[in-house]
Parts: sequence; structure tokens; C-alpha cells
Amino acid sequence: MERLKLATVWLGGCSGCHMSFLDLDEWLIELSTRVDLVFSPLADVKRFPAGVDVVLVEGAVANEDHLEMVRAVRARSRLLIAFGDCCITGNVTALRNPLGDPTLLLQQVYGAGVGREGVIPSERGIVPTLLERVLPVHAVVPVDLYLPGCPPPAPRIKVVLEGLLAGTPPELLGRDWLKFG
Amino acid sequence: MGQRIVIDPVSRIEGHAKISIELDDAGEVRDARFHITEFRGFEAFCVGRPLWEMPGITSRICGICPVSHLLASAKAGDQILAVAIPPAAAKLRRLMNLGQIIQSHALSFFHLSAPDLLLGLDSDPARRNLFGLIAAEPELARGGIRLRQFGQELIAALGGRKIHPAWAVPGGVRAGLHPEQRRELQARIPEATAIARDALERFKALLAQYDEESRVFGNFPTMFLGLVGADGEWEHYDGSIRIVDGAGAIVADGLDPASYQTFIGEAVEPWSYLKFPYYLPAGYPNGVYRVGPLARLNLCTHFGTPLADAELREYRQRGGGTVNGSFFYHYARLIEILSAIERIAQLLDDPELGATRLRAEAGINRLEGVGVSEAPRGTLFHHYRVDEHGLITHVNLLIATGQNNLAMNRAVAQIARHYIHGPQIPEAMLNRVEAGIRAFDPCLSCSTHAAGTMPLHITLHAADGTVLDEVLR
Repeated sequence: MERLKLATVWLGGCSGCHMSFLDLDEWLIELSTRVDLVFSPLADVKRFPAGVDVVLVEGAVANEDHLEMVRAVRARSRLLIAFGDCCITGNVTALRNPLGDPTLLLQQVYGAGVGREGVIPSERGIVPTLLERVLPVHAVVPVDLYLPGCPPPAPRIKVVLEGLLAGTPPELLGRDWLKFG
Repeated sequence: MGQRIVIDPVSRIEGHAKISIELDDAGEVRDARFHITEFRGFEAFCVGRPLWEMPGITSRICGICPVSHLLASAKAGDQILAVAIPPAAAKLRRLMNLGQIIQSHALSFFHLSAPDLLLGLDSDPARRNLFGLIAAEPELARGGIRLRQFGQELIAALGGRKIHPAWAVPGGVRAGLHPEQRRELQARIPEATAIARDALERFKALLAQYDEESRVFGNFPTMFLGLVGADGEWEHYDGSIRIVDGAGAIVADGLDPASYQTFIGEAVEPWSYLKFPYYLPAGYPNGVYRVGPLARLNLCTHFGTPLADAELREYRQRGGGTVNGSFFYHYARLIEILSAIERIAQLLDDPELGATRLRAEAGINRLEGVGVSEAPRGTLFHHYRVDEHGLITHVNLLIATGQNNLAMNRAVAQIARHYIHGPQIPEAMLNRVEAGIRAFDPCLSCSTHAAGTMPLHITLHAADGTVLDEVLR
């Protein structure tokens, strides 16, 4: 049987969801025999490839790099899983939204730098411009499956991946599955 | 006009970064930089929130070392409550921090860097990751997974969950350790010790093979900064700040962490969201210093645990006393894992852990507090000011990785100059530049989601409304 092409992506978030993925612990050894990890911050492929079967997307869309990335991810993946609360609602990453224009925020944060006052990180092509508002991923591209949690506990991740490997995507219903935080 | 190469993204690190390498017309490296491309602005949006929420929010800065933020935040809260926390609570916090050091260091060594070290820097990039390691070195990979799991399970035993436990609070901790869980953890000590010792032997055997890398992976003298105990012992939770130079001579000692702004400054560059902290008396950028495992091993006189002390003696022999080569970060990390396991074993035997008084109850008794701990990657500062209701008016977070920013940039330039001679640049050479960064184990979730000192106009009011102090910055 063809091995499942699995990818993981990290947008604006804390990496806690990826750490929870690693909390699959020794089940990762079994997983490694059943999937090809074709793109991930844990791996060295630099471009998101075409023909991905399942992608776990952690984090919210906070800057132009994230926007470009998530559109490419959607176009090249069959099943996109919103992986964790930041991806689903914006969560902690979106806490900056009520403060308004990020340009002002950057001026506040970097304008007072002790060494070089008034220098705002902005180099084109290097430092991505912040979006005016942090967006959940479903506000940018369609999502196929929502896996909530801050982070989603490893046993929940395992159930989802086992279902996908068996060819039956799980229906996430009820309290245990729709629990945020 | 020369060429510019951008490595985007830098992979197998914890965070979003790029590396740019500028070549001159002859294809030689003119300059190279490490750019951090993430920004979240915690210091801005925490203003106005209750002090009591801060451990829960700031632990979300980072999913890799949430415990470090949890503890630094709770310690800043202790200061604001003006309490001495119950002794058992302090021991339990230490225990959790040691679990955190183990899981984070194991992640860095086994999950992220071992693919370079054991599969080879020149190996196929499609396989050069944890899954490739599982296939090629199943026993070592399983050991690394189980060692990280040991640290995570210790955290969960105390805090109820592995990631983002809401456990440490201003004044103490919410819960103790159940005797059954204590026994379960004790039962895992021998296995964890064996895994750490095996990894150390494997790493030492690799040193000859990586002689060239260890000479150019960020190998230059800088200062080193971190906490040490009263007698100069390795410390991770309390103590005072010591700074030594690249030859090991003490630059400053016994510094109160709460006065960090008198000896650490921060600079900004237009090409990174991460600020550049420096040792203030030496100026920018001469005040470059390093933090984290390499620094802690250079700063301490001893570990205070027998296995780690024996390893420290050998480490210093191999590294020439004060170690300036950043490749040894890996080595230092493994010795710290070993010492953390030894300390956990000691703490789990401590009858005081069973005490029921774990939290000092108090209200807002001071309007400012600084909490400091050694995160896996180095010294972490949480600095809060509050109003008389305990609402946050000011936050400054000085993150471990940020303090290595100057050194990481120098390392990138040093490695690029050594290995890259254009115009054709093999992937394996670019991977060496990345591997040099991986040695520092940067945690960019932390460093940029928090960078910055907010300019604020702060007035401190007494309870009757009179202005006690006014600060403009």
C-alpha cells in the first residue's frame, strides 16, 4: 500500500501543538513505518510539496509569510486539519487584535530599543509584514477537520491519525473532542 | 553586484527564522545574518490583565518551555505579593523545572540535532529528521523519545498536563505530588540515567569526527552569563547572576537578577524581530555574551551531583577549561540532563515533598516584581509592574534565546565564511550553517513573541492616591 504523505506546518503559535505531536512518544516509531513525513519544521524539506494527503496546521495567520504559506498548503493538500486552538480561533496569537494597527505596536515595542532608537524591523523579503489582524486559518482557506486544544492532547491526535490511516476520518463530536484550552 | 542566498525556513529549530548569506563578486562570503521573522507582542497585550492570569498566558509564549515561563511568571508574582513561598512549594517548582530541562534538552539533542550528528551533515535531506533517525538508529531514537517522555511525565504528574500546565501561581503551587506518581517516577530513574550516559558516550565518540565543525561552529571568545548558587554551584531556579569572560575570569558576580536593567541593554536591527541584548558596561555590540548550557557549565564551580561532576571534569579537559566553541552546547546539554536526573532522584527522596502547605496567600503588597529562572536555553527574566488592584501596567520579558542573538549572528558568519565559496553551494554546506544555529538550540517562539521594552509613562500611586513615583521610558 502507498504510504500516507503527512505534513505538519507551524504558522503563528507557540509550537505547543507540535510538542504534543511529539508526545505521541513511542507511537511515533510505528507512525514512521506507515507515513512519509514530507514537510515539517521537524524535517529539512524547504518547500511545501504537491500531493500531500494530510496536513496538520498549527497556529494562526499573523503575517504575510503565513498567508502565502497557508494558501500553498491548501492548494497542495487533500485534507487540511486545523491543529489546535490558535489555528481554529486565533487564540493567544490573536490577543494583539484589540490593540489595532500593528505598525503602532511595532513602534512601541522596538522604538524604545536601548542601542539604536527608532529602528523598526522591516527589511523587505526578510522580515514579513504583520497582517492588520491575526486570522484563524478557516478565515483564509477551507478547513476539513478541526482538532481543538491548547494543545490537543496526544491521545486525541493519535485517534485522528489512526482513523486516517485506516481510511475512516473520525467524526469529532461531543465534549471530549470539542474541548478548547 | 554579489549574490544573496536565503535559507528559508531554517528547519529543525524551534521557531521561524531565515539565514541570509551575502556573497561578493568572487563568490566569497561578505556577511551572513540570522533573521527571526515572528512577532506576537505579549508585552503589549498583557497590559491591563490581572497578575493572576500571567502564568497561564505567558506559558503560551512557548510550547517547548512553558514551564520556564510559568515559573518566572510565578516568581515575579511572589515578589509582588511580597511573600516567601512554603519550602515544599519551592522544591516542587525545582522538580518541575528539572523535568523541563530534561524534556527540552532531549528534544534538542535527539529529535532535532541527532539527525545531523548521527546520520551525517551530508546525508539525504529528505531522510535527515527524526523519522530517518528512527529507521537508522532505532535504539538511540527510542531512548531519546523515552527520555523526553520522562521529563514530560514528571511535568504532567505535578501540573496535570504535559504542555501549558496551570500549576505554579504567585505564592506557590496548586498541588503536590501524589505518592503513587512519585514511586512511578522513581522507578524510571535508572533507565533515564542509562539513556543519558549512553548518549554522552555516543557524543564523545563523535567529537573527533566533527573536529572541523567544532572549530568553526561559533567558536570565539565571548562573555557568559547565568545564575549560580551561593557557593558557585550549578543553579537553575534561584541564586545570583555571575558573568565570566572567554578565559573564565569573573567579570561580575553576585548580581541581583532583579536589577538586570542596570547591566543588560537591548539593541534593535532592521533585519530581525529579535532584539540584541548586550552587557551594558561593554557597549553594543562589544557586550556580546552567551547564555544556556555552555554558559552555565563555564560559570559554575561544580554541579553538586557525582555523575555530572565527573562528566564536567572530562568536559573541561576536552574543551580546554572555559569552553568557547558553541558545538559544545550539545555536550553541555547532555551533562545537564544527567545532573537533572540526579537532582530529581534526590528530590523524590525528600520527605518534605509530601507537605500539604504549598501556597502563601496574600494580596498585592508591592507594585513591581522580577522573576528569574534558568530556562533550558538560559536566563529568563519576567518583569511586571501592577496597579494596586493587581492589574498589569508594564511587562518586560528578557528571553534566554534573545541573549544569544549577537553570538548566533557571529556564528552564522563564521560558519558561512568557512564552508561557502560560491557560486555553486552544495546543500550540505548550507545545512552546516543551520546546524551551527541548532547547536544553540534557539527557541524563537519565546524570543520574539516577547521581545521588547515598552515605552510607558508610569506613575506609582500610594493607596491614598498620592503619586509616589513617575517614570518615563
